[in-house]
Amino acid sequence: MKKRPNVTIKGTKDGLTLHLDDLCSYQDLKRELDSKLSAGYRAHEDRQLIPVRVQSGNRYLSPEQKEELRALIRQKKNLVVDSIESNVLTLEEADKLHEERQIITVARMVRSGQILEVPGDLLLIGDVNPGGTVMAAGNIFIMGSLKGIAHAGCKGDDQAVIAASSMKPAQLRISDCYNRAPDHIKSEEKHEMECAYIDQNRHIVVDRLQSLIHLRPDLTRLEGGR
Amino acid sequence: MGEAIVITSGKGGVGKTTTSANLGTALALQGKKVCLVDTDIGLRNLDVVMGLENRIIYDLVDVIQGRCKIHQALVKDKRFEDLLYLLPAAQTTDKSAVQPEQMKELIDQLKQDYDYIIIDCPAGIEQGYKNAVAGADKAIVVTTPEVSAVRDADRIIGLLEKEENIEPPKLIINRIRNHMMKSGDMLDVDEITTHLSIDLIGIVADDDEVIKASNHGEPIALNPNSKASIAYRNIARRILGESIPLQPLEENGKGVFSKLKKFFGVR
Ligand SMILES: Nc1ncnc2c1ncn2[C@@H]1O[C@H](COP(=O)(O)OP(=O)(O)OP(=O)(O)O)[C@@H](O)[C@H]1O
Ligand SMILES: [Mg+2]
Repeated sequence: MKKRPNVTIKGTKDGLTLHLDDLCSYQDLKRELDSKLSAGYRAHEDRQLIPVRVQSGNRYLSPEQKEELRALIRQKKNLVVDSIESNVLTLEEADKLHEERQIITVARMVRSGQILEVPGDLLLIGDVNPGGTVMAAGNIFIMGSLKGIAHAGCKGDDQAVIAASSMKPAQLRISDCYNRAPDHIKSEEKHEMECAYIDQNRHIVVDRLQSLIHLRPDLTRLEGGR
Repeated sequence: MGEAIVITSGKGGVGKTTTSANLGTALALQGKKVCLVDTDIGLRNLDVVMGLENRIIYDLVDVIQGRCKIHQALVKDKRFEDLLYLLPAAQTTDKSAVQPEQMKELIDQLKQDYDYIIIDCPAGIEQGYKNAVAGADKAIVVTTPEVSAVRDADRIIGLLEKEENIEPPKLIINRIRNHMMKSGDMLDVDEITTHLSIDLIGIVADDDEVIKASNHGEPIALNPNSKASIAYRNIARRILGESIPLQPLEENGKGVFSKLKKFFGVR
């Protein structure tokens, strides 16, 4: 019986995809990966870097193993790992992911000197007063007035948005961008139902709420539906 | 068993001591047995505003450190038949002489004998504040219609809301000047109450009579004819559970009247 290879290499228009068998031992896998990459790809020495996507199927790779594979592939001159994808997660990772995708609802005032931080999206029912801060790894939705500081995507998500019934923030931060309120706000301006997001120039812009429908279609989590 | 109400503000000089003196006086006028407690150790002045300074023998720190019994330190207000007493703060010791647990014990003891314990809190959010709120069941936050005072009130409300033994605080807006509110140069009552989102229990006009009265050691609440006096007396009655609409002090036009419906009308 001809044995199936533990490592199959496919070329795509974006680079290489490595499919790793998920039943063989990790040691066998590493050995075969090393020999296959050494054999075939030395010829390209003078060419530009080739991105590699690694797919480990149903094999769980620990962070150390991932690092090992990255190092192994990086040794092959012009190959660089773009991503390592696996079908499996540890329970811990799954919990974390779940947390990050959750909308956390909080009904209270965030007052001067207080900081409210959540791991996923924040739905705040109440105001953020001047001197108060709300932070979320995901989006921030405020049913109330934002008069303090809001920091969405605080773990580095550029796609995160901030929306508020009344948008009069002291400062807005999304990912690593920030902008502050003009020094003189005209108090007559209502700023009702507005949102903030990062535009193509990596500036935070404030817009009417409805513009999110087109700018961030991923906000809709309802699948199928009508 | 009485109840203890702490009068606090965060920012200094907004009228905590004036409010304590006048609410204590107004509650005594209603026939309640009241004990005022000055916790502003090192900067006492409730005794001066009450005109009781020269009768002080012992003070709060003496009681806490066991140098005297509570009743020896209490100063009786002769204007009332056995209804109004003051426990003065120490003038010389520093604030760290008292711990929150000791304050709580003291206030609990006073609650046995008095209907209301009014606790005058020092400015700030440090040791003195912690001592003042330690024994309180209720809190009244005093602010003036200035942005900085409102900001500090917000900070204090946030801290008070974390105190499990204290009911949600109530708000007094002090030193209102009608012409400035009307012209929009001062925050108005509506703006402040919406911003702080707690119940308003009273508003007090900025009134020169208040300062004159304090300087004479006669709280304004004793003088039935001044606007500020009426305001303090009304707050006292609201504390007693009556539902009294905000006075048109108050002559304040629509702004205040719309609030009055919202806060007291439907109770
Ligand atoms: N409604 C009022 N109208 C006019 N003057 C007032 C009024 N309320 C308070 N004042 C004056 O403001 C000054 C400060 O008041 P007070 O001492 O009660 O403030 P406080 O909050 O206790 O200050 P501290 O933080 O220093 O303890 C005093 O001179 C007092 O007479
Ligand atoms: Mg004072």
